[in-house]
Amino acid sequence: MQKKIKLQETEEGTILFNVDPIIIKHHYEIDYIHSYAQDSAFFAGLANKKLLGSKCTKCSYIFATPRSHCMECGAKTEWYELPKQGEVHTFTTCYFGSEAFLKETPFTLILVEFEGVNTLFLSRLVGVKPENVKIGMKIKAQFLRNSKFKSTDVYFVPA
Amino acid sequence: MRPVYMISGGITKFKKAHPDKDFRLMVKQAFDYAMNDVPNLTLEMIDGSVASYFSDHFTRQLMAGIMVQDYLGLCPKPSKRIEGGGATGGLCFQAAWESIASGRMNVCVAYGFETMSRVNTWKGNEFIAHASDTNFDYPVGGFYTGYYAMMAQRHMHEFGTTVEQMALVSIKNHGNAQYNSYAQSPMKLTIEDVRSSAMVSTPLTMLDICAMSDGAAVAILASEDMAQKLSDNPVRITGIGSGTDAMRMADRPHGKVILLPHESEDDYKELKYPGVHSFRGGRMASKLAYDMAGINNPLEELDFVELHDAYTSSEIQTYEDMGLCKYGEGGGFIEEGYPFMPNIDYGINLNVKKRIPVNPSGGLLACGHPVGATGIMQAVFASWQLQGTIKKHLGNDELQLKNIKRGAIHSHAGTGTYITISILEKSS
Ligand SMILES: [Zn+2]
Repeated sequence: MQKKIKLQETEEGTILFNVDPIIIKHHYEIDYIHSYAQDSAFFAGLANKKLLGSKCTKCSYIFATPRSHCMECGAKTEWYELPKQGEVHTFTTCYFGSEAFLKETPFTLILVEFEGVNTLFLSRLVGVKPENVKIGMKIKAQFLRNSKFKSTDVYFVPA
Repeated sequence: MRPVYMISGGITKFKKAHPDKDFRLMVKQAFDYAMNDVPNLTLEMIDGSVASYFSDHFTRQLMAGIMVQDYLGLCPKPSKRIEGGGATGGLCFQAAWESIASGRMNVCVAYGFETMSRVNTWKGNEFIAHASDTNFDYPVGGFYTGYYAMMAQRHMHEFGTTVEQMALVSIKNHGNAQYNSYAQSPMKLTIEDVRSSAMVSTPLTMLDICAMSDGAAVAILASEDMAQKLSDNPVRITGIGSGTDAMRMADRPHGKVILLPHESEDDYKELKYPGVHSFRGGRMASKLAYDMAGINNPLEELDFVELHDAYTSSEIQTYEDMGLCKYGEGGGFIEEGYPFMPNIDYGINLNVKKRIPVNPSGGLLACGHPVGATGIMQAVFASWQLQGTIKKHLGNDELQLKNIKRGAIHSHAGTGTYITISILEKSS
């Protein structure tokens, strides 16, 4: 007797939210093999408690957030160690956020201004009540003891 | 370059969620609406299209554009996708303009869509935040409202702009929307309502921010020959301009203002520009669009503007970029009543010298912001204004501006990275 051809079925079901129209749960997840590439030294710097920006080798423009080529003239930049102290250029306290950060709310984002540096740096300000954050406030960088090799390895506190 | 006209447009009502329609059906409905408005236009006469949608994440589909193209029956005609964040719709509209102006096509359809309801709001915010530098900015607390809130805070510091002035933008746009049957959140608000709604990211509350939505919009563009053949009321696109700025807000320079013809260097002696208080790309887009359209003083020479008010604060910033007032005067500009509609009762006392209605449709704040559709929606509302067909399309003529000749539409991507401005004019 010829064996009946049959697709092997599983018992995994589908999560259904609605039937008209049919709305189902669709899961999607991915792990990237992400390279920091030419920005890698910045993240290594954080692990060594250093804040590295970039200085243009041609026009001397200084970027607080690093880039390996100058946005003003296109020349190569070199690493430039930023001061550990700066001031708040602007700020906000987030009471909502992206799903990934909801559990951390409320948190305060700041753009940091450093003396003699042409551009700014995005970070978090810790240890100040939202109503007490002010533009121009003096702040200093602090680093995680155990580096995660993320831009959150550095954060700022009142100076 | 050949003259280019917009002959027709259509939109679906933007909604928080449209589970009964996928992106193909939404575009089809907007497309059929636009086709019905120019009954002599057949599918055969269409030379090609440009697709506008922002996020493959939201759609859960790569190459969604081609699925719309086949659904509309436009295969095997040429098409392509345009993407530039929140400005995707404006960029798509200009790409369609280019295909006509260059002589490559005589009739081109710009279609835009976004389905943002297929994930929860906070996951949606996470997707959008991936449109910020994922090495440096996203991990710190990637949240677009947070980024705009920092810009608003600096604008307040630099120029004395107030949260009450921002609230007026919300009052105006939600108020206008009471007469727009396509708008999803018509409301009569007070400053108190705006300030007491949930704080999202200081100083911006829930009512300072537009809502993610599902929706589609279509604009049909044509050459002069085809416009005359197909429409007795085409709208001419007399200027287009666009500009850019660095992805990371932190990288924005502090230099000199790009001047418009009616400004002088003396106006901005002390101002470091654009910093994070202004959108340099918006100023560049304005300059290029005004140059092409021959506009020297936008406040005098534009009759209305549909602009990208994703946030109340960014509408105020945009008044300045577009030169409707000088940099620093945006807060006063709304307080003095300039951008309000002349005939609508907002429940506030307006001490008005002059009007240049901004977002008569209700804008993104009240219509919603299904990203890829938004910039094209603005073109549709603007073309209806200029054709004088608001009543036909909205069912009432409260929002119909009288004696108007020329309007501008403005589309804007995350923190001012891509910005487009197009100038539309009555042709007869
Ligand atoms: Zn340089």
